[in-house]
Amino acid sequence: MELLNLFIKSIFIDNMVFAFFLGMCSFIAVSKNVETAAGLGLAVTFVLAITVPIDYLLNEFVLKPGALAWLGDSFADVDLSFLSFIIFIAVIASFVQLVEMIVEKFAPALYSSLGIFLPLIAVNCAILGGSLFMQQRGYESLAEATVFGLGSGIGWFLAIVGIAAINEKIKYSHVPAALKGVGITFIVTGLMGIAFMSFMGIKL
Amino acid sequence: MAEEKESLFSKKNLQLLTGPLGSQNPITVQVLGICSALAVTAKVESAIVMALAVTIVVGVANMAISLLRKTIPNRIRIIVQLLVVATLVILVDQILKAFSYGVSKQLSVYVGLIITNCIVMGRMEAFGLGNKPWPSLLDGLGNGLGYGMILVIIAVVRELFGAGTITLPIAGELRIIPEAFYTACGYENCGFMLMPPMALIIVAVIIWIQRSRNKDLIKK
Repeated sequence: MELLNLFIKSIFIDNMVFAFFLGMCSFIAVSKNVETAAGLGLAVTFVLAITVPIDYLLNEFVLKPGALAWLGDSFADVDLSFLSFIIFIAVIASFVQLVEMIVEKFAPALYSSLGIFLPLIAVNCAILGGSLFMQQRGYESLAEATVFGLGSGIGWFLAIVGIAAINEKIKYSHVPAALKGVGITFIVTGLMGIAFMSFMGIKL
Repeated sequence: MAEEKESLFSKKNLQLLTGPLGSQNPITVQVLGICSALAVTAKVESAIVMALAVTIVVGVANMAISLLRKTIPNRIRIIVQLLVVATLVILVDQILKAFSYGVSKQLSVYVGLIITNCIVMGRMEAFGLGNKPWPSLLDGLGNGLGYGMILVIIAVVRELFGAGTITLPIAGELRIIPEAFYTACGYENCGFMLMPPMALIIVAVIIWIQRSRNKDLIKK
């Protein structure tokens, strides 16, 4: 039950895009048509769902203050938490590279539809943000970390597909010349954010 | 590139520094680095600290990559860039934690997210990899400042209308809208300004104003 609550919460209430503005750059750049947006959303969800648990294990057994206790008593008071940024980003970057190679080898069709987005994901703030939030909020088990990663990914997916669908329709309306493109995308995202705010305060 | 001797602050170099403040602004024109820009602008203080941190990281990282540009193999350049930036960000984070813990708590994960800030990556890809160290440093600093400028503008609008105050790093919280206003005129803070979505709408308005004044920016 706890896990289900966390899942719903990370999709709607703590939505990566609307509540924390993570992954905005690719969000603005790739939100032109629904199909590519869905492809990117899928890739982000996948990478988030895998890297957050990996980073959870690393945090639990290597980085946290006292995490190295399993190596023996002399390591019990070692605190490596200052290394977390560099370790997390290294895990993400190498994992993305790995996924790219595996997908290219075993599923060429998926690769050609997703291919261009995969390298981009390494520098997507939502991925690193997911790991950092996991560390900051101190999720207690591997299951919680996985569910949180998956949920945030799905939340991001919903957001980007939604904005891409709206952008497709906006093409046919009269937007002031100076507001066309980026400007109106920002305003629409803001309005969507306000809509998502209505989930705030829901206690699960 | 012609090997002519040029002074440290030649016109071309100064252009690198000032361009990003106006027609080349990273946020409103290049649309980079939005990720962390919006979440830290509820208070002017955190916006200024964030702007400084990003400026330093972009400047130094851009210079470091430019120094290494001839030795980095093309295939692994992204990882090298990430490592350089991550190291710098760890330094910034430790310094912030040591000297201004409150702000560091407020910025929370967004300091770490400077690593994946698109401005940093974007400038290194587009400028640092192909130019000499000194122009790269200027370009980085200029972009950092351009980013910071927008951040501070958003933060001033949000805090002024949302809470009636301006919080500066050293001076502390300054009340801009006097108390008498609230009691005598029935003035109310617009609490909505402090909500995340308003930051997006303020950016959109800034873009709108900039593009309608500078027609060249419309539909590149």
